[in-house]
Amino acid sequence: MAETLDAEKVRKVAVLARLKLSEAEIGDYATKLGNILKYVDTLNEVNTEGVVPMVHAVELSNVFRADEVQPSLPRAAALQNAPKTDGTFFLVPQILEDK
Amino acid sequence: MDYTTIIGLEVHVQLQTNTKIFCGCSTKFNPDNPNVQTCPVCLGLPGSLPVMNRHAFDLAVKTATAINCQIARFTKWDRKQYYYPDLPKGYQISQYDLPFSHDGWLEIVINKETGEKKKIGIIRAHLEEDAGKNTHDETGRGHDSQVDLNRAGTPLLEIVSHPDLRSAQEAKEYLEELKLLLTYLEVSDCNMQEGSLRCDANVNVHIHRDGQKIATPLVEIKNLNSFRNVELAIEFEADRQYRQWQQDGMTFGAVLKETRGYDAVRNITVAQRTKENASDYRYFPDPDLVPVTIEEAYLQNVIDSMVEFPAARRTRFIQQYQLSNYDAAVIIDQGVVFANFVEHVAKICGDGKQACNWVTQDVLREMNDRKLTIEGFPIQPPVLGEILKRVNDKKITIKSGREIFLNLLNSEDLSTISVARIDQIIQEQGLSIVADSGQLEAVIVGVLAKNAKAVADFKGGKQSAVGSLIGQAMKEMKGADPATVRELLLKKLAE
Amino acid sequence: MSIIGATTGELLSRLERGELTSVELTTAYLDRIAQQDDRVSAFLTVNTAEALQQAADVDRRRQAKQPVGLLAGIPVAIKDVLCTKGLKTTCASRMLANFIPPYDAHVITQLRNADAVLIGKTNMDEFAMGSTTETSAFKITRNPWDLDRTPGGSSGGSAAAVAAGMSPLALGTDTGGSIRQPAGFCSVVGMKPTYGRVSRFGMVAYGSSLDQIGPFANDVNGAALLAQVIAGHDGRDSTSVNAPVPAYSQTVNQPLAGLRVGIAKEHFVEGLNPEVEQTLRTALQVYKSLGAEIKEVSLPHTSYGVAVYYLIAPSEASSNLARYDGVHYGHRAEQFSNMIDMYATSRGEGFGSEVKRRIMLGTYALSAGYYDAYYLKALKVRRLIRQDYDKAFEQIDVLASPASPNPPSKVGEYSANPLAMYLEDIYTIGANLAGLPGISVPAGFTEAGLPVGLQLLAAPFEEEKLLRAARMYELATKWQGQRAAL
Ligand SMILES: [Mg+2]
Ligand SMILES: [Zn+2]
Repeated sequence: MAETLDAEKVRKVAVLARLKLSEAEIGDYATKLGNILKYVDTLNEVNTEGVVPMVHAVELSNVFRADEVQPSLPRAAALQNAPKTDGTFFLVPQILEDK
Repeated sequence: MDYTTIIGLEVHVQLQTNTKIFCGCSTKFNPDNPNVQTCPVCLGLPGSLPVMNRHAFDLAVKTATAINCQIARFTKWDRKQYYYPDLPKGYQISQYDLPFSHDGWLEIVINKETGEKKKIGIIRAHLEEDAGKNTHDETGRGHDSQVDLNRAGTPLLEIVSHPDLRSAQEAKEYLEELKLLLTYLEVSDCNMQEGSLRCDANVNVHIHRDGQKIATPLVEIKNLNSFRNVELAIEFEADRQYRQWQQDGMTFGAVLKETRGYDAVRNITVAQRTKENASDYRYFPDPDLVPVTIEEAYLQNVIDSMVEFPAARRTRFIQQYQLSNYDAAVIIDQGVVFANFVEHVAKICGDGKQACNWVTQDVLREMNDRKLTIEGFPIQPPVLGEILKRVNDKKITIKSGREIFLNLLNSEDLSTISVARIDQIIQEQGLSIVADSGQLEAVIVGVLAKNAKAVADFKGGKQSAVGSLIGQAMKEMKGADPATVRELLLKKLAE
Repeated sequence: MSIIGATTGELLSRLERGELTSVELTTAYLDRIAQQDDRVSAFLTVNTAEALQQAADVDRRRQAKQPVGLLAGIPVAIKDVLCTKGLKTTCASRMLANFIPPYDAHVITQLRNADAVLIGKTNMDEFAMGSTTETSAFKITRNPWDLDRTPGGSSGGSAAAVAAGMSPLALGTDTGGSIRQPAGFCSVVGMKPTYGRVSRFGMVAYGSSLDQIGPFANDVNGAALLAQVIAGHDGRDSTSVNAPVPAYSQTVNQPLAGLRVGIAKEHFVEGLNPEVEQTLRTALQVYKSLGAEIKEVSLPHTSYGVAVYYLIAPSEASSNLARYDGVHYGHRAEQFSNMIDMYATSRGEGFGSEVKRRIMLGTYALSAGYYDAYYLKALKVRRLIRQDYDKAFEQIDVLASPASPNPPSKVGEYSANPLAMYLEDIYTIGANLAGLPGISVPAGFTEAGLPVGLQLLAAPFEEEKLLRAARMYELATKWQGQRAAL
């Protein structure tokens, strides 16, 4: 699907990806991602009718674990890498939007 | 106002496992100790990987089978991407295009008196992981929100119904039947306060106007944390949509699905802020989890190990114990422990109807008065059954049975409640029915001799005088059956 | 004999004979790092205190004649994408600049159980995205054979550390060639095991269905030993295969009789450097002289590999890297207007441009309306690529090719043209898409003295065959003994 990538589309994808980009980055990505997309369009040459998508590199199924409790991390270890906590909770700026 | 409310429900049920769906952390409800039930996996730490909990999968299949779903022979896990602080990986592991089950139904009773039933279609049931819990600053001062990940990764079964429900009452009935079934199956405790059963409702109305049907735009109501609120919210919302349509004439499809929250304090639904850049969840198969294939033998095993469902049990109770639709429903709807209690009593005393009556009246009344649960009820079936057995065998009267029941219930030391204690009370209080009519006759003759005036009154046509004579005879002969006493007395008087 | 530059086998026998202690050996490597790493920049963290502690502990147990592990007292350098409990793990990203994992990756546990010495954490392309180790947020690693050039990537730090004699062994990860390509560029041995052979638990994910951890060593025997230590089933990785692990280190010296070496006609493409091509042809002559049969096979979908890879890997990466949002760990911006802005700003600041480019590409490929045309299409072509290999391995034991079509690039050469860099992955990517094991062994040098690697691939779980075939070649050539002169 010969897609070109304009700045507007780059901005929309950046919102989805939660990435704040500078204007320079937006322009740069429009060009470079555009080139890559043009390149991957070569896949259209391949007839894939009836081909089962290959998600995994190894054919495994039915991998389970037993419902047995394992030790959890102490709270301090769970919070140790968090940018902001009150020692009990992870803290984030007030959530405005709803899920 | 002529409209029909159309409702579909999305129910999220926490499955009763020991551990989370993809890691070994405990699923214990523990809101007072935030962030103590986490590990690299459910914290979404870099490098961590999920491994599926076998028991969670088994419980999910069991439930889906019980709601008559088709079980897929091949199922897989997908990632649903969205950003929220209670979702540590930035995606939820869920099931998208190949859920493990689909196309089922649940039958609900829409009239308790007549037992009239209705099948509610189920679109799909799939497994997914729960998120953590955010606590927002309610002071309005804009303080930080708090995130607790104890709950993150708890196994959830999402059950999506067809929009087959036609009133708020039906919606409530569906939820109650579903909850009952899930507790019968022991797959969830369905505690709404603790969030182990959560419900969103998709609602619109069909307005009937000049032989035309006009559908209003679809609204999803969230934050429904009790069955009563589900009912109230739907009632409010249906009416609101009707009024809204009268104002703007907007119909189904004209606008995107709106999300509204239920405000229980004001009993209204409130429009919620819509997510920036409408949802594009970018679902794709989770490369960290492998698919599951389901064999026939596995499914057969699930079916074979299934308990009797509430609906089947109601029908059986009606037939086996000659109960009304209503009485059967009262017993079954109390839950599996209650129904088992009734059946246990019935088995011991040998009279199902008697057991049903006794438990639904005496036991239920005392449970309510004394704020007891059936599990914690001091007189358990082995003892209650023996009381009723004595009534049934005409060893004591029903009245004496009640006396013993209350006597036991009021015991200072509940541990003394036993079958032996029943017989002790019968002895102490002389409650034994006197089978020997000779002895009874002697007592009656004595009573008649002592009450010449009453005898004369009776013979003079004052029918009521017999009552006091029976009373006196009963007083002297505690275990006597009042009917027998009356019969003998009248016979003597007639002599 | 010098400690620096010795093979793992030589070091182990000297330790076992009591001629050398692990503390002496570890100190020698720490000194080497102190002297040379200013110029090479292979390490992000040198684990001096813990390494010496581990070495002393092994020495004590060895002297007390207590049983010790397979790698007792041998330093191993760790790519900074593998979680080490209590030791900073940054993925060479500003995002994780201060991240200290509360747990060990499975392979780290295996190393500890084998009594290896964890000498330090090595530089890499940020989140393993890159082929040059230039996208690291912290430093650019140099090729020990030519400091103006890159060591390849993304495991460039590990490859350079071994090549520069700063560690006899190292762990890397390979998503599209990130072990084999830098091994070739640095003239060391590097192997990517079969997908599922080594647990990924504790490896920070890039492309989850492609990622695999593997060894670097200065000879094939060392690689065999390290592979043997890290391989095996782990219940914490659902994609880990539960199959016995052969004792690679015990069979690696046995030559293979009747070996069938394949070459793919699609590998001789425009853009293949003539000197690199000549190196491959010479290598094939070596195999012939060892009694092997050379067979031409066809891999008709070869030319689509890069396109398939650059859809699948970024798609998975866009999802895998969603967790870095400044809430539970990692970089959080100081200035933001609200929560959503905090997410976007933290991520915008925390990630470098190559990472952002791949997140953007992957987000786009998975987004509504594009999924089928990009991501799903790529998954289908991926299966065709796998089928090509399955067919080829019916006729051959190993497939030979260059590790990379060109010698190592100059630092900065690809910065303006990422696509050109991506196209260099043509020989390595197939093994990741198909899940096959692959190895790169030193195969000589260009006129300008730049290393060239020979890549061998095998059918799934044929690591033993791969290692033996590589060892045959290594013994028949003089390249293993060559050390970069720093
Ligand atoms: Mg859901
Ligand atoms: Zn956990």
